[in-house]
Amino acid sequence: MIKNITYKPFGVKAILIEWQSIIDDKILEDILLFKQKITSTNNTEIVDIIQGYNSLTIVYEHFVSNFNDEVHQLKLIYASTLKKKKQNNFQWVIPVCYDVTFGIDLEEISQKSNLAIDEIIQMHSSALYKIYFIGFLPGFLYLGGLDSKIYFDRKPNPRLNVPKGAVGIGGKQTGVYPNKSAGGWNIIGKTPVNFFDVEKENPCFAKAGDFIKFKSISLDEFYQLEKEIQVKKYQLIKTLHNA
Amino acid sequence: MLKVLKSGFFTTIQDKGRVGFASVGVPISGSMDSYSADLANSILNNSVNCAVIEITLGACKLEFTKSTTICISGGDFSPTINNVAISLNKRILIHPNDILSFSKINYGIRCYLAVKDGFLSEEKLNSRSFYPNITKDFLLRKGDSIPYKEVDNGIETSKASIKINRNHFMTKVIECYKGPEFDLLNNHQQKEIFNTTFTISKDNSRMGYKLNEAIENSLSQILTSAVLPGTVQLTPSGKLIVLMRDCQVTGGYPRVLQLTEKAVNQLAQKTTSAVFQFSLISI
Repeated sequence: MIKNITYKPFGVKAILIEWQSIIDDKILEDILLFKQKITSTNNTEIVDIIQGYNSLTIVYEHFVSNFNDEVHQLKLIYASTLKKKKQNNFQWVIPVCYDVTFGIDLEEISQKSNLAIDEIIQMHSSALYKIYFIGFLPGFLYLGGLDSKIYFDRKPNPRLNVPKGAVGIGGKQTGVYPNKSAGGWNIIGKTPVNFFDVEKENPCFAKAGDFIKFKSISLDEFYQLEKEIQVKKYQLIKTLHNA
Repeated sequence: MLKVLKSGFFTTIQDKGRVGFASVGVPISGSMDSYSADLANSILNNSVNCAVIEITLGACKLEFTKSTTICISGGDFSPTINNVAISLNKRILIHPNDILSFSKINYGIRCYLAVKDGFLSEEKLNSRSFYPNITKDFLLRKGDSIPYKEVDNGIETSKASIKINRNHFMTKVIECYKGPEFDLLNNHQQKEIFNTTFTISKDNSRMGYKLNEAIENSLSQILTSAVLPGTVQLTPSGKLIVLMRDCQVTGGYPRVLQLTEKAVNQLAQKTTSAVFQFSLISI
């Protein structure tokens, strides 16, 4: 339990709950637990819950007629104990080909930082990344845990077409473009894995609180995996990861 | 089937959108002017969840292959059936091979074509609203066919017509509440936001409207947090972006205002070069 959580109206159909303005694992845990408690009340008035680094936004079906009453209810839920078992978190292994064919900005960031391309790849693929939440695009994971030695500022002019599966570094963040999109991150590789599949009951395999580990693969392996994924023969490697 | 003979500027299928998928980053979408879309459905006694076609500034040509009854609400682009003018906000009987087209733009930016019991295009994540990588395409193209139910003798038409308050299309006052970061603005900035006449830039779409005028901005960015349709973001340059129905679920710019639902619908009927002022109302 963390003190100093604030509640603000966000329009007339949503309430914004905010924690201290820092990116912090304890805050994430608290947010996820609160979210699970709210979900388990099965309140049909609540139609969505939007998570950020230090916030939850509760979206209601109708106008919140009495803000103070609603906040009081939320505070009671926060203070309650979760009856259900805490949900499992997984660690997902994401194969990434860091070949310069795909890692089109590797040479530039290597020159600017005086780090060898291999060192950048090594640092990027050895860290364990925590999923804070999903936003920006369907299936775009906000990851924490990038090695500070490979923080690289976003490109001054965003590209209009970053391909699906591109792995990038934007400032202190790293992530995968789940679909073709405009974007200003430095592109260091590509994964053949689908991060968003609308045909699946759960369109994104990962969720906030899970972990991501990138695994460096060769060009040949990339094309092989791409084929396997296309014919749905590939099974992502996941392991249980409960703190 | 409804056959697309000519696609127009930007024609999409919309309903109430997909709510409940923020945890995987899926935007809400849905009719930009939900007031007009609801009206068209209501006139046909449809559920408001029925899918409609959102037509931007007319310029499209659509052919009906089966009998039904339709209603068009929202912007007035002089709709015709087989080149005979039809009224807005009224039940119109449709026979096989009837062709709907538009000519002169009188007012508004978007109109809604509703059909009895709704258009029956593919449903993805509980909604038929078009969105890239969720529905097969993100706009209707020439040659597309959209299924709908055949209703033989149509439904009862009526001489009664509904008068719409033109203010919905003409207003220059966009009502809003304070956004989550409004109180971080100093007095001068707060006054500036309500005293400035803003112009919609050419950078406007279903995702959001960027405004031309910049205000003084000393706020730093926030940690990425929720945004909603109608959220007004203050960008580092001092320019404002009003987020619309296809907006992302999260953002990092300070959220200084939040439009009322009515104001989102009114803004949806404006485009490039239109001017307006924000007007604060209390929650």
